[in-house]
Amino acid sequence: MSRYFIDRVSKSMVLICAAISFLVLLLIATFIAKEGMPVFGEIGLGQFLFGGEWRPGDGQFGILTMIVGSICVAIGSLLLAVPLGVACAIFLAEVAPHRIREIFRPAVELLVGIPSVVYGLVGMAALVPLVRELGGTGFSLLTAVIVLTAMVLPTIISISEDSIRSVPIQYKEAALALGANHWQTIWQVLLPAARSGIVAAAVLGMGRAVGETMAMIMVIGNSPIFPNSPLDSVRTLTGNIAVEIAYATGIHENALFATGVVLFVFIIVLNSVAFLARKKEISQ
Amino acid sequence: MRLSPKLTQRFAWGVTWVTGVSTVLILLVIVGYVVAKGIAVIDPEFLLTPPEGGLTAEGGISTAIVSTIYLVGITLIVLTPLGLGAAIYLAEYAPANWLTRLIRYGIELLAGVPSIVFGLFGFLVFVRMLGFGFSILAGALTLVCLLLPFIIRASEEAMRMVPQSYREAALSLGATKWQTVRHVILPAALPGIVTGIILCIGGAVAESAPLFVTMGGSHLMPTSLFDQGRPLSLHVFYIAMETRAFDVAMGTAVVLIVIILAINGITKWLSRRFQAKMSGGA
Repeated sequence: MSRYFIDRVSKSMVLICAAISFLVLLLIATFIAKEGMPVFGEIGLGQFLFGGEWRPGDGQFGILTMIVGSICVAIGSLLLAVPLGVACAIFLAEVAPHRIREIFRPAVELLVGIPSVVYGLVGMAALVPLVRELGGTGFSLLTAVIVLTAMVLPTIISISEDSIRSVPIQYKEAALALGANHWQTIWQVLLPAARSGIVAAAVLGMGRAVGETMAMIMVIGNSPIFPNSPLDSVRTLTGNIAVEIAYATGIHENALFATGVVLFVFIIVLNSVAFLARKKEISQ
Repeated sequence: MRLSPKLTQRFAWGVTWVTGVSTVLILLVIVGYVVAKGIAVIDPEFLLTPPEGGLTAEGGISTAIVSTIYLVGITLIVLTPLGLGAAIYLAEYAPANWLTRLIRYGIELLAGVPSIVFGLFGFLVFVRMLGFGFSILAGALTLVCLLLPFIIRASEEAMRMVPQSYREAALSLGATKWQTVRHVILPAALPGIVTGIILCIGGAVAESAPLFVTMGGSHLMPTSLFDQGRPLSLHVFYIAMETRAFDVAMGTAVVLIVIILAINGITKWLSRRFQAKMSGGA
């Protein structure tokens, strides 16, 4: 076989691999959309998105309670995780003595890989009884927010720290040479310069928070109702799919796929916003 | 009132110290708690006997370990050639046009989609349409879809980091494009590619939601790819939810954590080697 022949065959092989991969990814989007579609016809988009009742047995398919649930959990955990994470990142990048940094940084990297069910398990075994002391069953929005905060923190810390450390050293030198002290340099020079990285960390954290499934099922109670207090049980969009898909049939199943479409669209919007924010920053 | 810069700095230092140290320590305590509680139930018997199932948590985790190994094995066998091929195309062959940009954007986008959405797809296509039923095969193929964007991105990046001069040198010696890829670029990018693959193993071991809806979760020993399976991560979930035997769940979680730690160590070592290689010393 001539090497030119092999060259041509190999080229088509990798092309086929790329085509299959892209096709699979394309199929995922189309299949989920296609399965979800009947819902928009039979139930109506408005009724589906803004209906407050989810009772598959009675043909009631409104996911508003779950949208509210997912948003509450995600926003709640980001409100905790972003300030904490950025403070940790500043600490690790600028403040901590060398020796502490050498221990903490690998520790945080390690935590990024811990499976989410492990966090869910700790939430169930240790946190739920504590929250129960405050009232309710302990399986609640509050528990879920705390579990999720612990889960996204390592990611937010390590990305923010990377972006703070990748600010060119000249920025820091210039600020210090102008007489700014170390904190002024961090607050007014390094953090603004690292902003796009920190925003990226928050966006990724948001994606993970909305996308988390099993750990949420374990600690959140999974009742499709509107929460009146942080101690109430709620259900997330992801949990709704996971809990019901195995036995759903007909329009019920379509409604779960449509829930998937909602998640899909949410991620596209989130990523596009982040992309535009980055682009605007670069063009400035 | 405005605080003096000096005072502000002192205050800020206090805040970052306290939050920095306490946050990282709390996170470590969480893992430490699992390890402390779980290590007590781990012995050779726990690792080597099957769970009894039902509403008891008696027995061990041997079937979960076997399920995990099958699952990761099948996933890698399908994922690696497909992802690597696609990455080679994107890094070395793809023309710089709108289609390539669209493909890259699609890959980027899918990397962020919640894993349960991939679970839905796997349930629809592998469990139902292709008739695999709830099975290890369906779970593995679902993981392939989930991990494809990651492996493509990691491998493509590793190949792009190979200096252009390598390609020029090979081509000027009369090598064909494929010979250049096969004998120059792939060997140079290998540690980066392997790092990507190992990270995918970590992802496959840690993942739970898409497997929950495609693998069935039977605690019995799988004997074929079409049998149901319950990998370690799902076993933690089922034990905690169905039996509330948290000590057994923690023991299983410790095994998971040890696997993740090992994977972490290997990737770190590899990427250090890769960086050394790329910065000139071979």
